[in-house]
Amino acid sequence: MKARSGSAGAGPGLMLGTLTVLVVALAIATLYGAYFYAAREKEMGDVQRIFYFHAPAGLACFLAFFVTFVCGIGYLATRKPGWDVMGHASAEIGLLFCLIVLVTGPFWARPVWGVWWTWEARLTTTLILFLIYSGYLLVRRYTDDPEQRARFAAVIGIVGFLDVPLVYWSVRFFRGHHPLVLKVSGGGGLEQSMRHVFLAGIATYFALYACLMVLRVRLGHAEVELRWLRERAIRGAHATRTPAGTHGGTS
Amino acid sequence: MTSLPHPQAQPPAVVARGLTRRFGPRRALDGVDLDVPAGAFLTLFGPNGAGKTTLVKTLATLTRPSSGSLSIFGADPRHEPDAVRRRIGLVGHAGFLYDGLTGRDNLAFFAGLHDLDDMETRVEEMLGRVGLSDRADDPVRSYSRGMRQRLSIGRALINDPDLVLLDEPYTGLDQSASRKLRDILSGIRSRGGTVVMVTHHLEEGLWLSTRIGIMAAGRLCHMEEASGLSRDRLESVYRSVVDAIPS
Amino acid sequence: MTAPADAPGREALARATGGTASRPWILREARAVLRICLKDLRIEWRSLDNLPAMFFFALLVMVIFSFGFDFAAFSFQELGPGMLWVAFCFAGVLAFGHSFALERQADGLAGMMLAPIDPGSLYLGKFLANLVTMLIVEALILPLCAVLFSARIDAVFWPLGLAILVHTIGFAAVGTLFGAMTARTRRGDVLLPIMMMAISIPLLISAVRTTAAVFSDQPALKQAAGAWLTMASIFDVIFMTAAYITFEYVIEE
Repeated sequence: MKARSGSAGAGPGLMLGTLTVLVVALAIATLYGAYFYAAREKEMGDVQRIFYFHAPAGLACFLAFFVTFVCGIGYLATRKPGWDVMGHASAEIGLLFCLIVLVTGPFWARPVWGVWWTWEARLTTTLILFLIYSGYLLVRRYTDDPEQRARFAAVIGIVGFLDVPLVYWSVRFFRGHHPLVLKVSGGGGLEQSMRHVFLAGIATYFALYACLMVLRVRLGHAEVELRWLRERAIRGAHATRTPAGTHGGTS
Repeated sequence: MTSLPHPQAQPPAVVARGLTRRFGPRRALDGVDLDVPAGAFLTLFGPNGAGKTTLVKTLATLTRPSSGSLSIFGADPRHEPDAVRRRIGLVGHAGFLYDGLTGRDNLAFFAGLHDLDDMETRVEEMLGRVGLSDRADDPVRSYSRGMRQRLSIGRALINDPDLVLLDEPYTGLDQSASRKLRDILSGIRSRGGTVVMVTHHLEEGLWLSTRIGIMAAGRLCHMEEASGLSRDRLESVYRSVVDAIPS
Repeated sequence: MTAPADAPGREALARATGGTASRPWILREARAVLRICLKDLRIEWRSLDNLPAMFFFALLVMVIFSFGFDFAAFSFQELGPGMLWVAFCFAGVLAFGHSFALERQADGLAGMMLAPIDPGSLYLGKFLANLVTMLIVEALILPLCAVLFSARIDAVFWPLGLAILVHTIGFAAVGTLFGAMTARTRRGDVLLPIMMMAISIPLLISAVRTTAAVFSDQPALKQAAGAWLTMASIFDVIFMTAAYITFEYVIEE
């Protein structure tokens, strides 16, 4: 695998290297900013600092699922497997970010509210998204034909994302808005230093997303190629040269 | 591939170039070129897995090819699927029959989907043609294999298709049912319809065909005019083609 | 077929372009939708395979709820709506699964695609049949619910009917799409409820809140019902459209 990516040229390796450096740099900046630079929040104190890791993960998760949505449309329109590989990768990474939100949320909620979990709008929406995109992965796992798998995944990627605004609205309207997260996610109500770190957090997560995507997409392409090689090897074991060409073997 | 000179000035029933259908790395169809002029009766032979069913399904617009071009009576199924479907009928492995409905209901349903004008008369006439008028009100669940096949043929012909596709229609038919099928097929022929049939039975295949083809490993390996072709010669050609492919 | 052997081509061409093909597209498709829906309903009417199972399953859910939750301590308005919609949801799952198991037996989806109809019409036909099936079961369960839990259904008949209709449309829209999809996967029987319910959570919340509002006298709840109904209608439109468009990619071979 290492050799293959190397032999593909310096391009992909260079991109990955740059991204990794970028992610590490941004992460360090965000960590520093979160602990030392950002102002201390009045009501919650230092616990609030987890916000810089919690909220941007939610945004990145949203971005990832949007990419899966676009890739779903792309695949259905063009039938090129590359779209499916990308959509799959993005959904997996989106699920990872979902998990980060779902794990950091309780760590924030417990000291502040005394409970591990609150059915607050954003947390609940993330939980539901986690369910929907776990369903995406489940359907992929249980569909045998690769082309059918890609088509089904594309449809779920599209339908699932269309659901997101409806999920968010309905959970919010149902539960009422709890001030677990500060004022507004865009940083509009945030104090200046906090806004800076928040933006740094977003940049870190987006860069992390890009980095993980490069890795995962490459892995996905390798998986496709492995399957081809395996099938060909199985057929090749039965075949000899045929007048019809190199596609030997009946089945 | 030479085409028979035909008196009718209408587009050929099937023109396929480079039809390929991939399932992952497997090629069920591997670059099939096919010309079927209107009014022809083409019978395809081949071992299991040769791609015959996939080819018939592709011609029936049920499967879209991974690559290659296809036109049926001059229309591309990708761009004008409805125009193509109005003129074709498929007798497939599955009968496309609902067990819970009666024979008449099944025919009426498909006639309705084609939005035919004189539905009821057509259904009754078709029931008579396939010899099921007396069992038309029984659920298909109670039909024998031969009766199902006959009803399935009736369903395929309900819209008076110009191109009739059959995938191993003689399987499981007894003598009288086979004879009835042959009558129906020769009826289609005499009325100028085009037939593409896939079968294992060498005799039935030769009986009405104007040309025969042999498929293997997703390719059309051999095409020949059927007139003057004896069963023995066909069998030897078949064996030589099949032996040329490994496993 | 045509009698004169010298002009079958021209005749056939005329038949293909004139005649039934010249009727407006939407009428043709609407007729196809109705025919498909009626086909499914006719099969169910003759065999009664599905409806009894759905009814008894919904009834079972209600009975289990009555043991799982203390209906004596709470009013029907507090626990009833949730119970009703859980029962309807699971009955729905049965309906959607059966709808496509039926097609698998006959290879019906392929058979219908041989006809000159849009795949979207196939979806709408199945959707309508599923909707009617669900509505029938709901109509049977509600009076039973009124008896078992002393709920005054008759007093709120029309608002309740509207709430149930709007939300059942949404469930049927999503369920039909995923029913078709999971009919072709392994463990489709498990994947169907997972996918369907995960996506339908907004609809479920709205259904329960709206139904609760129907049974309650709190003005705040009733006011909210309008907003919920609007959201549910938007859900219905969005998902029916998305399913209509993507159905052909799901049933393709």
